[in-house]
Formats: sequence, structure tokens, C-alpha cells
Amino acid sequence: MSEAPSPLYEVFIRPKAGLSHKHVGSLHAVDDNMALQMARDVYTRRGEGVSIWVVRSNLIAASDPTDKEMMFEPTASKIYRHPTFYEVPEEVGHM
Amino acid sequence: MSETPLFAYTLRLADTSLVLGHRLSEWAARAPTLEEDIALGNLGLDLIGEARLFYDYAGKVEGQGRDEDALAYLRDDREYRNLLMVEQPNGDFAVTMARQFLYAAFAHPYYYALGNSKDATLAAIAAKAEKEMAYHLRHAGEWVIRLGDGTDESHLRTQAALDDLAIYIDEFFEVDAIDRALIEAGVAPDPAKVRAEFEASLAHVLDEATLTKPSVRHGQSGGKRGLHTEHLGHLLAVMQSLHRAHPGVTW
Repeated sequence: MSEAPSPLYEVFIRPKAGLSHKHVGSLHAVDDNMALQMARDVYTRRGEGVSIWVVRSNLIAASDPTDKEMMFEPTASKIYRHPTFYEVPEEVGHM
Repeated sequence: MSETPLFAYTLRLADTSLVLGHRLSEWAARAPTLEEDIALGNLGLDLIGEARLFYDYAGKVEGQGRDEDALAYLRDDREYRNLLMVEQPNGDFAVTMARQFLYAAFAHPYYYALGNSKDATLAAIAAKAEKEMAYHLRHAGEWVIRLGDGTDESHLRTQAALDDLAIYIDEFFEVDAIDRALIEAGVAPDPAKVRAEFEASLAHVLDEATLTKPSVRHGQSGGKRGLHTEHLGHLLAVMQSLHRAHPGVTW
């Protein structure tokens, strides 16, 4: 088709109650309502979710990949921030 | 062939679902966008799933040992009882969406009513189909709104699609002796009772779509009696070719 491409949306699915929405992919749609329908048809065909969020990709503020060293490397030397010295009781379930 | 009203009625529901499902499958890999390609596939699979349940039940009601494959693949067009609307060719995307919208606007309230059938199997299938039709109505309705209220070209094409398809609307609501017998038995709903909801769906969507409802002087009908438009034979020839060439084939 030769029409101008419709806007790109990012799709987030909540797999079940209690879990958070997770990014699953993107799609093109003409507007918000159609994006929700397309997300339902493209990303929930096998019972993947109970709730959908869509957001226009160009509305997302993203970190610059070239800032990676400045942004993320300083944490590498701070292992004391990892809660690896605790055992999580099974009853806690998802964290 | 003498058949019970329940068999004939169930077969009509099955044929209507299968033929429309097959029509949607013809869009596979041809839809305007990848997203809509998958969406149309989903809608088609909903309908084919409904058809399988209806065929399975029809075969049991008939009691002659015909399974869903025998009923779907080994009957000719004169034996098919689907509504004429659903066998109409896909045309352009506007035609497909207009056809889907018109059918779902009827099928959704109709299946909702059939959910109260005294026949437990039909009621159970209808309860499943009703939810699927609700989505078809929303999806196709949203497209009709966007196409009608879109560009000059899309408006023109969608209005033309409605004008062409409108003659098949009245058949939705036609009641013959088979329907009458089952309505009186509390098995089938009276389609006249869902007409108001159908018209309300149309009015709402067409108004938002800036489209006008065509007035029809003479509606076409006959599908439920096996009298079809020229298009069904071609559809069946393609759909049945594999099974007729390799009877009972599985994979």
C-alpha cells in the first residue's frame, strides 16, 4: 500500500492480575483505539494477557545509548546494593 | 431428504459461520497492514470455530454419521444454507469491513438471544459466539467509522460498499417454517426482536462515519433455502478442493 505509514505504538501486556504490564513489542495503528484492537489481535492470541496498554512510541523519552557508560557502569562496582545475601521465603511469591 | 427443523436450523448457522470465516481467510497475506492481516485471521478463526461446533452438533442431531468434514466439504452450493450477505466477495477493504459490520451488528444480539435457547448445546455455542461477535462488531464498526469519516476516496468506497450490500440485510430477519417451529419451541430467538438493536448499531456507526443508510426496495433472499448468488459456488470449489481430491485427508 502506498499510504503514509500510520503511527508506531509500543504495546504493554499485563499477563495476569497482580503482575505489572510488560513491554511485548510494537505495531502500527491509525489511532489509540485501533492500536488497542490491533494489540489484542497481534499480541494476545494465545491468552497472554488480561490488560493492554498502548502508547505512541514518539511519546516515550528514552536514554541515549551513547550515554551507556555514564548511566549504567557506575553501578557495576556497588555489589552491596544487590539483595543477594537474603533468602526470599517462598510465601512471598512474585517480587 | 427429510430433515428435522433443528438439523436444518443448526446447519444454517454452521454454513453462515463457515462461509464468512472462509471469506476472511482469503485475506491472509493480502491485508492492507500486517496488523490487520492478523486481525482478519483472528476473526476468521472465530467464525470457523463456531462453524465446527455447529456442524458437530448438526451431525449428531441428524444421526446419519456425518461429521463436520462431511457436512462442510461434501455438500454442493444448493445444499448450503448460509445467509447471502456472507458469501459476497471480499471486494476492497471497505467492502469486507462493511460486510463484517453488517453481519456482526445482527449476529451479536442474535447470539445473545440464542444464549437463552431451551436447547442446551445451541445455548452454549451461542454464549461463546456472542462474545466473539461483540468484538467483530467493535472492530469492523471502528473501521467503518474511520473509512467513512476518512478521505474522500475511503468515504466513497465505504458508501458504495454499503449500497451494494444493503439488499442482503432483510434476509437476516426473515422467518420461514423452520425458524417458526423452533421459535415456538423456545429453541431459536425471533430475529424480529433483535432488529431494534441492529438498527441502533447501524445508526450509531453510520452517523459517526458520516455515511447514509441505503434504502432498499427489494431485498434479496434465498440463502437459507439453498438459492445463492453466483459467488458461493466459486468459494466452495476452492474451499472443498482439497477434501474432494483427498477424501478424509488429515495432517
